[in-house]
Amino acid sequence: MVIIHKLPNRRYGMPGNASCPGCPESMGLRYLKMALGDKAVLVIPAGCSSVIQGIGPKSGINFPILNIAFAAAGAAASGMKAAFEVQGKDYIVVVWAGDGGTADIGFQALSGAAERNEDIIYICVDNEAYMNTGIQRSGLTPYGAWTTTTWTGKKEHKKNMPFILIAHDVPYVATASVGYPHDFIEKLRKAAKIKGFKYIHLHAPDPVGWRFDSSLTVKVAQLAVQTGMWPLFEYERGSFKLSPFSKKYKDPSKRVPVIEYLKIQGRFKHLLNKPEEIKKIEEYIERTWWWIDLLERSTNPAKTARELLNK
Amino acid sequence: MGENKITSSQTCVIEPPKTFFWAPLSKPAPAASGKTGTWRTERPVIIQEKCVKCLLCWLYCPEDAIIRKEDNSVEVDYEYCKGCGICAAVCPVDAIKMVPEEWGGKQ
Amino acid sequence: MTILTLTGNYAVAYAVKLARVKVVSAYPITPQTTIVEKLAEMIERGEMDAKMIRVESEHSALATVYGAASAGARAFTATASHGLLYMHEMVWWVAGARMPLVMAVVSRAIGPPWNIHVDHQDIFDQRDSGWIISMAQENQEAFDLTLQAFRISEDPRVYLPMMVGLEAFILSHTVAPVDVPDQKEVDEWLPPRRQPYVISPETNFVMGNIVPDEDYMMMRLSIQKAMEAAKEVIKEVDRSYGKKFGREYGGLVECKKCEDADYIIIIAGSWSGEAKMAIEDLREEGYRVGVARIRFIRPWPEEEISELASKVKGIIVFDRAVSFGSKGPLFLDVATTVNGRTSLRGVIAGLGGTEVRKEHIIEVTKEFINKVEEEGRVFEPEYWLLPDPYRGKPLEEVAPRWW
Repeated sequence: MVIIHKLPNRRYGMPGNASCPGCPESMGLRYLKMALGDKAVLVIPAGCSSVIQGIGPKSGINFPILNIAFAAAGAAASGMKAAFEVQGKDYIVVVWAGDGGTADIGFQALSGAAERNEDIIYICVDNEAYMNTGIQRSGLTPYGAWTTTTWTGKKEHKKNMPFILIAHDVPYVATASVGYPHDFIEKLRKAAKIKGFKYIHLHAPDPVGWRFDSSLTVKVAQLAVQTGMWPLFEYERGSFKLSPFSKKYKDPSKRVPVIEYLKIQGRFKHLLNKPEEIKKIEEYIERTWWWIDLLERSTNPAKTARELLNK
Repeated sequence: MGENKITSSQTCVIEPPKTFFWAPLSKPAPAASGKTGTWRTERPVIIQEKCVKCLLCWLYCPEDAIIRKEDNSVEVDYEYCKGCGICAAVCPVDAIKMVPEEWGGKQ
Repeated sequence: MTILTLTGNYAVAYAVKLARVKVVSAYPITPQTTIVEKLAEMIERGEMDAKMIRVESEHSALATVYGAASAGARAFTATASHGLLYMHEMVWWVAGARMPLVMAVVSRAIGPPWNIHVDHQDIFDQRDSGWIISMAQENQEAFDLTLQAFRISEDPRVYLPMMVGLEAFILSHTVAPVDVPDQKEVDEWLPPRRQPYVISPETNFVMGNIVPDEDYMMMRLSIQKAMEAAKEVIKEVDRSYGKKFGREYGGLVECKKCEDADYIIIIAGSWSGEAKMAIEDLREEGYRVGVARIRFIRPWPEEEISELASKVKGIIVFDRAVSFGSKGPLFLDVATTVNGRTSLRGVIAGLGGTEVRKEHIIEVTKEFINKVEEEGRVFEPEYWLLPDPYRGKPLEEVAPRWW
């Protein structure tokens, strides 16, 4: 358990960085430092976090960083880890990538690194659109959301990255949210102890791109979990487990109605009075939980297929 | 198989360059985008009497602009606080009020 | 020292092993594939103490070795043609980061249509990127350049990545005797890896965040200065390699019979061999021609070519690549250096593996010389030496008629 008061009193983030007010990525980076301390190196492909670093020769993110071309994060991290291993150094190599750097342009390098079971932590900090370039649609933008390239709302659903990574049969896959830092920190600490490829998908509501007030980042993040839009779970060595904050939302009657989540964001404004559109989002939630149910019931061999093969 | 057996640990030598050299290197430091307190339109004001020292504002502040003191009471670093209002929103006892700045970021 | 019969690709692999490279990563592409196959074999047999990362693309291959190099390991990759184009973004990234690194490029034609044969288009496409780019003439030189590349790239006056160019099939898949030194000899000559910085929690460096535009421009100047300094380093390394292993090539340019020449053939890569044979025949006929073989297309051997330009009657350049809408890329560099001081002809030939024999070189060179002798100053920037089946025929007659 992570207890706030037991976290050492030190600088975790880096004030004076270039993030927008209320930025979920800056929040996430502080939790990353709380969890991993000073042993981590970040590999950051193009995205908001490239800009958050601010202007050299200073950097507004409190980590050593290798900035890298958009499509290359999974690969560059693999090389770094190999070099550290060769030199007998046990540094933690963390990819900190946005939704584009993970699910779209970065997907190939991510999939390759996962398939090779590289000993790295890959974090997708998911603000559900290309925010850095000005809120364009991504593969992780949810159905119906306005973006600057989907003026009438996106017509397709969000790509379900965590399930795709589970299908890669890596030792550890988890979802997290900036609204639940304890959960995220705990998952990071666990990931740091596991050898092999670890994937954590961090839900990161963005006040600028999602059109909500900058003070509401935490609230929106928590609503995503409470409505069942963003279930928190872990998949560890073949065993699937809902995280404590999401457990009760398996029962649909316990979930906060999705409209509560949609209506505080300007990006869904145009579909609030279209019940058929909201129904599509509800169906997406149902499908996600159907997958979760399937995974809960069918897993728990306590070993990944990879380990079974090696036996 | 010698595949993953790394026998010798070879560390490279970091040697200073010998010609005019300017690589894109930085180090983590405050104010990489300047004193971001000037971005603020509203400032958080902490009502110390109400504060229960739960540290939620310190935990959630994206900017590291909540200064945690030894007794777990908190202060705002107005030099860098961007005025997002998250601290006020997460405070369980309403001990943080957002008040308009007279002009952007006046300290 | 052992003499082994090796393909160009295996020669490169042996050099990589002897350089004690610690991280290898690559994606297969013809005709580069056997370099990494050989390295994989050496690593799996336990003969080479390194990590092999079998990535899913060339973009990732260069990103992987770049990541490894940034973290302090001597690293190597190899590619060709479309692989090189696919990693082009990373090519720029590595040079901009000033990260020493070595990559072998087995130069090959670019599609469409698919063509796996020799062509310099792929490697010339990288010439503006800030990499040191060399071209081998034969397998032994591919081996030597690979070893030298680590020393040049990791020199504190340089700190730039380096490409070792060798040609598809003519070198990559053709066996020739290669003098392979012992590990001990190589260890005596090649110092441990040096680099300007490492990205790690110890150094806490951040590479590549935004900088003021003015700083960006100064960083670009610094790459240019390093290129300039690399010229001396290349010559120095060539001399010291010669002293240690008995083979010295002449630095950035290898000159054959340039001293008394009236005319010079400028050429790069394996077909320089044909050019060298051609001048023997030409000399027998009374044409005093020399060959200046470009070993390094970057940094450009400005001084060497300039010196030749001021003492000969004409220079004929052979390009195995085209800058479409302009001329051959090698010609463009030569013409800039020559600056109107002598007659010039830029020949474009041998694209996509089209055979260029000694006879072809003799013919166009002789024709050029005769023209200069008759007309005085000649400037022919673009002379296509067309393939034998199509030469001399009207263009409208040779293309298939689909419409």
